[in-house]
Amino acid sequence: MSKYTLSVNGENLEVDVVPDMPLLWVLRDKLKLTGTKFGCGIAQCGSCTVHIDGVAVRSCVLPVSAVSGPVTTIEGLAPGDDLHPLQSAWIEHDVPQCGYCQAGQIMSAAALLSNNSQPSDDDIDQALAGNYCRCGTYVRIRKAVHTAASFYNADKRNG
Amino acid sequence: MNSKKISRRNLFKVSAIAGGGLMLKLSLPANALEDGATTLVKSSELNFYVQIASDGQITIYAPNPEMGQGIKTTLPMIIAEEMGANWDDVEVVLAPIDPAKFGLQGSGGSMSVTRNFDAMRRMGASAREMLIGAASQLMEVERRDLKAESSQVIHGSGRSMTFGQLASVAAQQPVPVPEQLSFKDPRSYSIIGTSVGSVDNLVIATGLSKFGIDVDVPGMKFASYTRCPRPGGKAISFNRAEIKALPGVVDAFILQPDVRSGKASMAFLEGLAELQGGVAIVGDDTWSVFAAKAKLKVNWDESAASTDQWSKMVTDARAIAAKGGGEVKLVGASVPEALSDSNNRTIEGFYEFPYVAHVCMEPMNCTVDFRKGTAGKPASMEIWLGSQFPNQVKEIAENMLGVKQENVKVHGLRMGGGFGRRAVHDFAAEAMAISHKSGLPVKLTWTRTDDIHNDYFRVGGFENMKGAVNPDGKLAAWDQHYIGFADSGKPVIGSGLRGNELPMVAFDNASVRQSMMPVATACGAWRAPGSNTNAFVEQSFIHELANLAERDHVEFLTELMGSRRWIDEGNISALNTGRAIDVIKLAAEKAGWGRKMPEGTGLGLAFYFCHAAHVAEVAEVSVDADKNYRVKRVTVAVDVGPIINMSGAINQVQGSIVDGLSTMALQEITMQNGRIEQDNFHQYPVMRIASTPEIDVHFIQSDNKPTGLGEPALPPLAPAVTNAIFAATGERIRSMPLSNAGFKLV
Repeated sequence: MSKYTLSVNGENLEVDVVPDMPLLWVLRDKLKLTGTKFGCGIAQCGSCTVHIDGVAVRSCVLPVSAVSGPVTTIEGLAPGDDLHPLQSAWIEHDVPQCGYCQAGQIMSAAALLSNNSQPSDDDIDQALAGNYCRCGTYVRIRKAVHTAASFYNADKRNG
Repeated sequence: MNSKKISRRNLFKVSAIAGGGLMLKLSLPANALEDGATTLVKSSELNFYVQIASDGQITIYAPNPEMGQGIKTTLPMIIAEEMGANWDDVEVVLAPIDPAKFGLQGSGGSMSVTRNFDAMRRMGASAREMLIGAASQLMEVERRDLKAESSQVIHGSGRSMTFGQLASVAAQQPVPVPEQLSFKDPRSYSIIGTSVGSVDNLVIATGLSKFGIDVDVPGMKFASYTRCPRPGGKAISFNRAEIKALPGVVDAFILQPDVRSGKASMAFLEGLAELQGGVAIVGDDTWSVFAAKAKLKVNWDESAASTDQWSKMVTDARAIAAKGGGEVKLVGASVPEALSDSNNRTIEGFYEFPYVAHVCMEPMNCTVDFRKGTAGKPASMEIWLGSQFPNQVKEIAENMLGVKQENVKVHGLRMGGGFGRRAVHDFAAEAMAISHKSGLPVKLTWTRTDDIHNDYFRVGGFENMKGAVNPDGKLAAWDQHYIGFADSGKPVIGSGLRGNELPMVAFDNASVRQSMMPVATACGAWRAPGSNTNAFVEQSFIHELANLAERDHVEFLTELMGSRRWIDEGNISALNTGRAIDVIKLAAEKAGWGRKMPEGTGLGLAFYFCHAAHVAEVAEVSVDADKNYRVKRVTVAVDVGPIINMSGAINQVQGSIVDGLSTMALQEITMQNGRIEQDNFHQYPVMRIASTPEIDVHFIQSDNKPTGLGEPALPPLAPAVTNAIFAATGERIRSMPLSNAGFKLV
């Protein structure tokens, strides 16, 4: 067991775990942040997507000892009681069915929007290629990302 | 971050603001997830489903388990409509598991709307009459001059009282006699038929939604379970000392198979499941028990293990098809004659469909707290799980561990997918046995490999088809030989023909036979059991016959329906040829059927009737020289009667199309000496977003009773796509998944 100090959603938190424990299980079992989901354990389905330094990563294959920057999870995507534009777009388009994959979808899409505020369908397909939706909500996911991009840009214009 | 108040009111605010494109603010404190409405104001219960607080907030209990089919939103909408409630005043809470109050709390067979529509209307109408009774009393006016709408009771004079003001007096009113209740004229509906967002969207989008896998119980430990790679094997011994010494491991032990938990009948779903032998590891966190599981060395007794071999099943089925015979289900008047008549044109085709897995995004899991009995206090158990039929796990607890059902408390949580998998509770039996043996509250989580290997699979199968068309281009004979699988002599769920399929009820000269081969691999219900494979075979072969006759597919298919009639008047499980013809024509029209298609592209049509639903689909597909194919658009026409939630209904259809495409394109489970050969998504992929077609959905809102939509839009998709590939290339595909024939979905 080793002690690690992680920055998660803006808070510095200390955990005492084995070095090879994937970040996913540190978040879920040790820090009780269960919004990040377990789907496959081999970085195929994207349910476990979080941001490290703003980059989307699969937390199920990232050992805690290799976490190199501040971690953002779905719970911390928007500060305080605010919603991220993607979260409001997800609600507006009634995207979820079972909902299990959606945190990962939103985290991948958020990383896209932070680099590309006017993504094409192809851009969205590429950025979300690592995220399965077994219920098949892809049609609405695409629409919601476009809507969120328009929120995002309006927000930027309004300073 | 935990202070987000979860309520419809917030959702309304969110939606209202979202239109303005601003960052959004949530206002209210407190949290109300699944534990019931937390409100400080006085609340009055009008019936089991409806509570109204003095501040006007209406709480409606959603009785049925939610797995993504939207039922948690749909059923309360029906109640709110009949009450005259304003939907924005409604907070929906998942009902506790209590069949005495809420009936069969199950989700399966696309039956929730069908079974509950009238009951929900009665609950709403009953609450409305009590509110009107209260208003009549308080306003001292005649009941007949009062009406309920927008969460108020309004008098003809214009005076009104809000539901909140009326709630406590309404709760004292006599409960109306169900037979005397009247229902709203559908033309005056203000909620039913509109698009309502799923009530859990906010908690899902913010990561606060609680699935079974997210359960946290005080003192809880974590568990993994490892079964024999060959189903039916049991553990003799394992490297226990080594495993127990690993970091984070608390205990490790063998569980023997236990038939007392209840043998799962693969012929009929009853929720029970035999406990399979294996090795349990209990530890401090999920990772520790997963990591230890990977280091297990188990000595298995495989004397009774499965020897299933998919390659042998294929060979055997071909031999059976060549030999003919089988159990006769239907005999046409002159099938052999028509097939051998030299004036007719004939065609024969052998179709194959594989076993497939459910792969719910949330792997199976269950949390159990078993408490030993003490003097004067019986043993008890508390269970948390996502299940399509949560109440049924009580029976396993009683059968296997002797805990009386009245001492078992079950918490049903939102499911990260069901598709039929969470109708069988083998994983719950394991969690119960682990908690019982370890004496600890434990959460058992399956790895993805456990989830695939231990599935109750969609059964594979084969059909040998022969048909003839006469010189007039009409169907002369249909000969169908289904070769499927049986357990203890009974066809497993989804194998064989039910008897209400199109050829069996509507064709003039059809013979249908069925042969069954034994199977040890567990089979279960998989979204539209039976239909999801029969549709592929029948609707492809009808297209083959239409081409043989050089007829237009739409014309040929509608002609086969014959006159417009309900095959068994009043029976929702019976085909209505008029409704069938209408959806076929609508889908064709909306897809631009008959237009000239560019080289390498084609339109394909399919129709299927199941789950009381008539659905037709037209796929538009392009195929390149390297067999890369893209499904550009799917046009869907559906008649399930009136739609309750338009947004939810379209979502179900879109999801069914994607699911159907993912399965037909990519997915196959194979067995090698009993062992399932696919371990994870790298060998069992799910379709990714880039392959998603445009999906154009049209409803015929007939005045039939509303019926369910979780399943019936899936079956026609596969034949629509393969028929379109034929139209584009001239190549007939008779085997799924298409990847085996070198076709690559792009």
